[in-house]
Amino acid sequence: MAEYILLVHTDETQMASAPGEAVSSPFQEFMERNADRLVTGAGLTGRDTATSVRKDSSGNVTVTDGVFVESKEVLGGYWVVDVADLDEAIALAKQVPVVGGGVEVRPVAMRS
Amino acid sequence: MDRAGTSAASTGPASTTAVAAAVADAHRREWAFVLAATVRITGDLDDAEEAVQDAYARALETWPERGIPANTGAWLTTAAKRRALDLLRHSDVSRRALPKLADVDERAAASGAPLTEDREEPVVSDDRLRLIFTCCHPALAFESRVALTLRMVCGLSTPEVARAFLVSEPTMAARITRAKHKIAQAGIPYRVPADDDIRERIEGVLDVVHLVYATGHTAPAGAELIRRELSERGIELAELLRLLLPDDPDVAGLLALIYLTEARRPARTDGEGAEVLLEHQDRASWDRRFIERGLDLLAVASDAAHPGRFTLLAAIGAVHDSSPTWEQTDWQRIARLYDTLRDVWPSPVVELNRAIALGFARGPDAAMPLLDQLALEPQLVRYPYVQAARADMLQRLGRAEDAALAYDEAISLSDNDRERARLQRKRDALGQRPADPASRFDG
Repeated sequence: MAEYILLVHTDETQMASAPGEAVSSPFQEFMERNADRLVTGAGLTGRDTATSVRKDSSGNVTVTDGVFVESKEVLGGYWVVDVADLDEAIALAKQVPVVGGGVEVRPVAMRS
Repeated sequence: MDRAGTSAASTGPASTTAVAAAVADAHRREWAFVLAATVRITGDLDDAEEAVQDAYARALETWPERGIPANTGAWLTTAAKRRALDLLRHSDVSRRALPKLADVDERAAASGAPLTEDREEPVVSDDRLRLIFTCCHPALAFESRVALTLRMVCGLSTPEVARAFLVSEPTMAARITRAKHKIAQAGIPYRVPADDDIRERIEGVLDVVHLVYATGHTAPAGAELIRRELSERGIELAELLRLLLPDDPDVAGLLALIYLTEARRPARTDGEGAEVLLEHQDRASWDRRFIERGLDLLAVASDAAHPGRFTLLAAIGAVHDSSPTWEQTDWQRIARLYDTLRDVWPSPVVELNRAIALGFARGPDAAMPLLDQLALEPQLVRYPYVQAARADMLQRLGRAEDAALAYDEAISLSDNDRERARLQRKRDALGQRPADPASRFDG
């Protein structure tokens, strides 16, 4: 078995419920159906609440308002899943109830 | 390993020429089989590739003395599996502990296996299918899928793959390495996909095989119109898929399309290698055997409830191949087939071909508005065939000046020398002076 992270990118303008609200029922269903393969996960508050901390090559730090990379879709949450291979991870990613966005699937190299 | 090839069925000492020919033949016909079986030991494409290369080298060394085994594929498979086990033993412990794609029982079986041409265990034909599905996985970039398939399934060397796609060797080597790295790191499985995904995944494989054939059939760039080494690999891949997936109508459809297209190859170029369009081809030189095989397969493929893209393209090819002359072509039928095709596979290129078919079925007036609109389609702006089709229809309408402008544009967009020469000849035949670049903006 191998761990993958499903990074769920959403278009907040298309989301029915306000970010930060209680877990919607499609998500509840997804979690129940795949309980044995979901290691951990989190849903995030909206992009308006994001703060980015950047470090340049000489170690100087700047703190700015906003998400790290500006784009229509923003990271809305993630799942860490434990599955046999990429095909199974993709099959799970296809089931994530995401509106107006998508899911990036990456193998987990190490986890604390 | 020193007793390699001691099999009773070997034919005895063989001349180096005979061995070289046998090894080349086995390379062509057995590479995918040997590699696919070896990946089950190594669990890694890279290691398997190395072991298989080594097995072929050993064949060249040992067959002159020991004789050419009756079943070269099985001999090479056993040799490659053994080499793979050697490699695993000498690799670091952490790697051995992680047989990502490997089958542990396979390793046990191979380690004790004598090196004969007998197949040690019934190697399921699935092995090659697994290899193909892994190389054509949608998580890989399309160009990497094509490159990996040629390298891993067809056994082309990296320089050969680079030449086939007119990129430098280091570029192609990097592309193949990146793809293999992703397969290993991202955990792309070495297996035939689950039923839920199989349709989609087969289509992905067919796209790769079609591209290999089509790139050979009409080289998009370079000095030659046809690149036999690629079109032949495309045919072999399609035949292999047909063998491995005998019940799939779309696979039958692709092979039908390839046969029906290949049938016309003898007539596609003149003595100087210049392209001869369908309209002017000598139909007597079309290859009847390919046409018959293509029509038989098309009949099988057409039984499907919803014929796929390649089956419909094959049906269009069959109309041409069955027509005794260009003038007798059933353009109404071709136009109808393009109507169905655009439902199955909406694309600007299909729209273009449909417009051309309508132009022949109902006259150039029916095609021109469609072609003018397609010329503005962003995806077709750099595609020489839109302007070539416009030029042809304008010429049929007697609008020589407009036709000349369209030919000029088509010539400037084409990267194939032969094709440019043909377009230039047609343009010259119009008798128009070279266009003043500004004139196209008049009125």
